[in-house]
Formats: sequence, structure tokens, C-alpha cells
Amino acid sequence: MSQYKVVHCNINGKDVEKVVDVRASLTDMLRNEYHLTSVKKGCEVGECGACNVLIDGEAFNSCIYLAVWAEGKHIRTLEGLVGPNGELSDIQQAFIDETAIQCGFCTPGFIMTAVEILEANTLYTDDELRKLLSGHLCRCTGYENILRAVKKTMYRRLGKEIDF
Amino acid sequence: MYDMKALYEAESVEHAIQLRLEHPEAQIIAGGSDVLVQMREGRRAGKELISIYMIDEMRGISIDKDENIRIGSLTSFSHITRDPIIQKYINVLGEAVDQVGSPQIRNIGTIGGNTCNGVTSADSASTLHAWEAIVELTGKNGVRRIPIKDFYIKAGTVDIHAEEGEIQTAILIPKTSYENTYGHYIKYGMRNAMEIASLGCSVNVRLSEDKRTIERARIAYGVAGPVPMRVPSAESVANGSVISESLLDEFALAVLNDINPRNSWRASRDFRLHIAVEMAKRCLAESIKRAGGVI
Repeated sequence: MSQYKVVHCNINGKDVEKVVDVRASLTDMLRNEYHLTSVKKGCEVGECGACNVLIDGEAFNSCIYLAVWAEGKHIRTLEGLVGPNGELSDIQQAFIDETAIQCGFCTPGFIMTAVEILEANTLYTDDELRKLLSGHLCRCTGYENILRAVKKTMYRRLGKEIDF
Repeated sequence: MYDMKALYEAESVEHAIQLRLEHPEAQIIAGGSDVLVQMREGRRAGKELISIYMIDEMRGISIDKDENIRIGSLTSFSHITRDPIIQKYINVLGEAVDQVGSPQIRNIGTIGGNTCNGVTSADSASTLHAWEAIVELTGKNGVRRIPIKDFYIKAGTVDIHAEEGEIQTAILIPKTSYENTYGHYIKYGMRNAMEIASLGCSVNVRLSEDKRTIERARIAYGVAGPVPMRVPSAESVANGSVISESLLDEFALAVLNDINPRNSWRASRDFRLHIAVEMAKRCLAESIKRAGGVI
């Protein structure tokens, strides 16, 4: 049996709507209907964080989120971070500067969680940052550079000196 | 794509009850962090789902007219942890659910789903048992409220009358339970994130006015048996006793009279028994400290 539904939502600042198969995950919808391929298909069971996006400002693994639940929501993906001429955001640049990327598969998910962390306008301790980032698996970098990229950006945005 | 037969989306509690009566075979899905994973694994493949996730009236925390703390069943773990009412009256619940899965899981996972699953390892379950939570179920015949210990029937089975269209709509903590009461939860796992408890222990105490005597102590475990359980033997040791170092030991050893953990790939029975004693002691010590007592 096939069952379809129109889903209206706001993606990266733009109001959109598409007819979606109700069996689709939000990952399916963002990749297949909107070609937002920063949203990676990793484990598809909510463990690795590669498909992470922000929904109404909170981080969600879009692989275990039904596409129909996006109705009326504000969704942000990595594509929404770049400026009008393709400029990278500070957190993206920090990932490059700190070599927080190797294969890059986990990166969009990590960065969207970092966006939620940064938008809290809070100076977190290293332990708090580790816990906040713990919903992502990275098999390349060993996490230290990722932690540093997030920490440096957090300090910079809060106008504080970094104590490394 | 999920291998589901059909999806029915409930728009209100009444609508959910109606859908449940119309589709008795369908599985209720709240946040989906268990149901969708099981569907992906094939365990629930090909099933019909009734989604209650969009029913916003089932979200949020308040104090009701009888002064119960009322937690809507769809309230996410992260919202429970951040809630001022929880932080003021039952902080330990916020701390316990802050140890579920990962930040993303805590944003999607709901306390209703955590309890309706009926699993013994649920991080909310031992604390809800230790605080004598009341489960509110709403069906075609109205609202039914039962103590959480009666809600859990056996591993994976809870007391929900599907034939009456029931869904869990709230979890309540009565004033007699949370007033002047302080608690602590310890989860034992092999790692911190994305881990299921090998054993979970939740203790809370109410002290006498001079803070020297335990008026009431309550302790509950997850994974110490097929369902979460209270430990009356340890509670009776502590109730009415003067606080001392030896009381902590007596209290902790008494848990062995009641708990019955199993051997599993996650941990052996002997190991669970061993850590259960230490966890009880540490939880009691911390609870007393939080209540303003000195050991």
C-alpha cells in the first residue's frame, strides 16, 4: 500500500512543501526531495550522528525521525550555514583550521551539533563539550581536533581568551 | 524508507484513542527511537504505526491542582532535564534521563516511550519507581491512574488496555512523594554515551528536621530483575534510623535480600550483585548529603 502526504516546513530559512511517502525518514526527504546531501546516511539507527540536523533549534538524528513529523518545523542543515557567496561559517572554518576533518563523513552532523552548542551562548567546560558532542562517531580524527575546533569557536564567539 | 504497512497520525488524545480502537494491531510510536530502530532491524517490519508524536497537548511539565508534578508523556528527556519544576523538586529525574543515549536521542526520546517499552534498563524507570510515580492512561472509558509498580507487568509488557484504546498520557509525582525529598541516581555502564545500563540505582531520602535521622528512604533498581523494582529490605533498614557510616553499609547489604539480577552478555549476575551494594551505598550517601545531612 502506498500512502503519501504533503509536508510543509521551513528548510534553511525557506518555506517549502513536497509530497512525501509516509514511510520516508527525514534523512530520505532531505536527501531525495531537497538534494541536501550533507545529511549523511550512516548507521540509520540513530547511533552515529551523521544524519544530524537542527529541528526548531535542537539536534536530531534525521534517520530516526519520520519525514511527516517535519510538518510546520524549522529545519537547518549544513547547507544553511554558508553565506550568500559560498563563504564558510566560523565553525566550518575552524574544522578546517584545526584539521578536525579527514574523510568528512561525520563532519556535517558534528557541525550541526556544534551550531546548537554555540547558539546556547554558554561557556562550557571540556567535559561538558565532550558530553554534548557524544552523539557523533568519528572513525578518523580521534575527536581531539573536533573538540578543539568547537572550543575555539565557542571562545571566539563569546569574546573570551582561550585557555589551552 | 521504513518497512511499515501504514501510518496513522493522531492529532489529539481523542483521535489517538479512536485510531487505536480502529486499528488494534497497530503499534504506537512516540519519539520512535526504539520503535523505528526495531522496525529497521526487522523486528517490527511490516507493521502499522499510530504516530502520537505530533500531539503537543501531551508535552510539558506542570504542577496540577492536587500539587502533583505532571509530566506529559511526550516530554523529551532533554526538556525534562532543563525544566525548572523538575530541577526544583525532583532533580534526580532530570539527571537520570540526562544519561540516556546521546544528546540527539535525549531530544527525541520521550518519558512515555521509555516507560511503555517496559524494559528494566530504562534510565527513567528506577527513579520513577523510587519516587512512587503514578501512570496516567487515557482510553475510551476516560482516565485511569495506576502506581508505576503495577504498570510494569513483566519484561516488555506494561498494563495498557489496548482494547479500550488506552494510551499513556502523563506521569505524575505526588506531593507526598517529592516534598522535602532528595535523591541520587547512578547508572553503571561500560561507556558514558550510547550505552544501556548494566545496572541502575536510584535512592531518595527525607530527613528529620534536625537532619540526623532518615524519616523515609526509598530505593529502586533497573536491571536487578525482569522489571524495575523497589527494595523494601533496604528501605526498612534505613527508615527511622539515625544516620551513620554503619547504617550506609547495613542499608547497602540489605539490597541483596530482594534483588535478582540475571547473567547476560552485558554483565554477569555476580558482578551486578557486587556493584548493586556499592551503588546503593553511594546513592544513599549522596542523597543524605543533598538533603542537608552529614554522615
